[in-house]
Amino acid sequence: MADQEQGRRRRRTKGGPPSGEEDGAGLGLAQVDSEKIDDLLEEIDSVLEENAEEFVKNYIQKGGE
Amino acid sequence: MAIPKVLGTETEYGVIIRNRGHHHQALAAAAVIDGYPGGPVRVQWSYEHEAPGSDARGFGHENFGMPDPDSALINSVLTNGARLYVDHSHPEYSGPECLDPREAALYDKVGELVMARAGRVVQESLPPNQQIRLYKNNSDGKSSSYGAHENYLLSRRTPFGKVIEYLPTFLVSRQIYTGSGKVGSENHRPACSYQITQRADFFEEVVGLETTLRRPIVNTRDEPHGDPTRYRRLHVIIGDANLSEIQTFLKLGTTALFLHAMEDDALPSALELAEPVKACWQISHDLSLSQPLALSEGGSITALELQFLYLEWLSEYARRHLDHPVWTELLEEWEGVLLDLEEDPLLTSDRLDWTAKLRLLQGYRARENLRWSHPRLAALALQYHDVDPSRSIYHRLVERGAMRRMFTRSEVERAERLPPESTRAWFRGTCVSRFGPSLVAANWDSLLFETNHDGLVRVSMMEPLQGDRVTAGPLLGRVSDPAELIRELGERNG
Repeated sequence: MADQEQGRRRRRTKGGPPSGEEDGAGLGLAQVDSEKIDDLLEEIDSVLEENAEEFVKNYIQKGGE
Repeated sequence: MAIPKVLGTETEYGVIIRNRGHHHQALAAAAVIDGYPGGPVRVQWSYEHEAPGSDARGFGHENFGMPDPDSALINSVLTNGARLYVDHSHPEYSGPECLDPREAALYDKVGELVMARAGRVVQESLPPNQQIRLYKNNSDGKSSSYGAHENYLLSRRTPFGKVIEYLPTFLVSRQIYTGSGKVGSENHRPACSYQITQRADFFEEVVGLETTLRRPIVNTRDEPHGDPTRYRRLHVIIGDANLSEIQTFLKLGTTALFLHAMEDDALPSALELAEPVKACWQISHDLSLSQPLALSEGGSITALELQFLYLEWLSEYARRHLDHPVWTELLEEWEGVLLDLEEDPLLTSDRLDWTAKLRLLQGYRARENLRWSHPRLAALALQYHDVDPSRSIYHRLVERGAMRRMFTRSEVERAERLPPESTRAWFRGTCVSRFGPSLVAANWDSLLFETNHDGLVRVSMMEPLQGDRVTAGPLLGRVSDPAELIRELGERNG
């Protein structure tokens, strides 16, 4: 398929099969602006809602649309 | 040449009141709609006087803080031309009709501001131990999903068979940049730690009319909200609600561009997938973006490869047929996102909700040594979507400059008050501002005025591009009351 090849031209190739146990940890973890995220991670426990764990268990919605 | 892709979004928000017990969602949604303080006046949406649901029996004496279901305004049109109402126990904001995807992304963002304001009003009426929460997401993590729909104007002359042939592959492959990210899987799909979209697990058919069960990739609802002999309204239900403005812009812009080219027969191939429903959740579950998808004609292709092909075709199409700068901006963002996704998906975490959230969850998980199934990760993932800036994790990322925005706060606030100028939404919204007390009802394609002289008069708006500021502005500038407006319109049409 010629068009398909054309589309691929602009791409850099990347190998590796998909993994059933994928959790993103093997994605290479881009280091862009990571200090901004690190700061936020330091704060997360104070940002998270009180009793967040119990709350998220009780977060039940009706299906919509 | 394809007709202009007038477009807009409709988003159902998650709503809950902490420490209130069960069975309050429908009334909470009604309280949000009734509580929204925006604009000088709001007008009842016509025809559909929806009840807030049957959950009232669960309340008894505990009903305070909630509106009286018989008198509450739960279905309204705002001064920016949007509709704000209760749909299936969710507060829903349907943005006004827009002429380009950038504008439509702006009016989608307004919905978050509307919900945040309304939430604060409701909070004031609640006892101190109860707290209202509103989320712009699409799933409760327990297999209930609610929608974020997109609407695009199509020509009635475009055979729907063509939509069914071409659209599924585009819609399932665009998920790699339309997903808002989700911890785990739902609806009996195979287990996963984290996936790209909130919605993919819920799609079970390729084509169908339903939106609440056995959801289809292509929805066949035929309700044009305009002249049915000239138009279709394509109702796309497969997308996620996005916090990222760039992501909403990409989702709407690439789809509008695709539909443009499809209507003009400018797509070289339909690229039909052998199993679109399976591909839908497989793409969402594959964070490495390398899942091969079988093509009907043989061979296989990945979602990323498909999107690079569409980019190639649609760049060429736009270069030949569309000269508005918004399409140049769109194509640049699109190419940038695809190249970054290919190199390392996390490079897009300044633009895409699914990678922004993934990066944060990975960091927190590593620091605290938590399993993916730990409820604190689910709580963090949920709070990403809170509409209130003081709690929203998305908002924290924006504040730190870790996520890009497209719109300033003042642009969003202006769009909360004023309608887009290039569609009939301008006429609708301006009439609500100017003549609200005389407007008995309004909807997408008509306004119903009550005048002293003529009684009830319906003004029809069957053309989505008529009633814009340039053509209707002089008329509305001239008239001082609805009776005069009706007279002038009568003379013009008579």
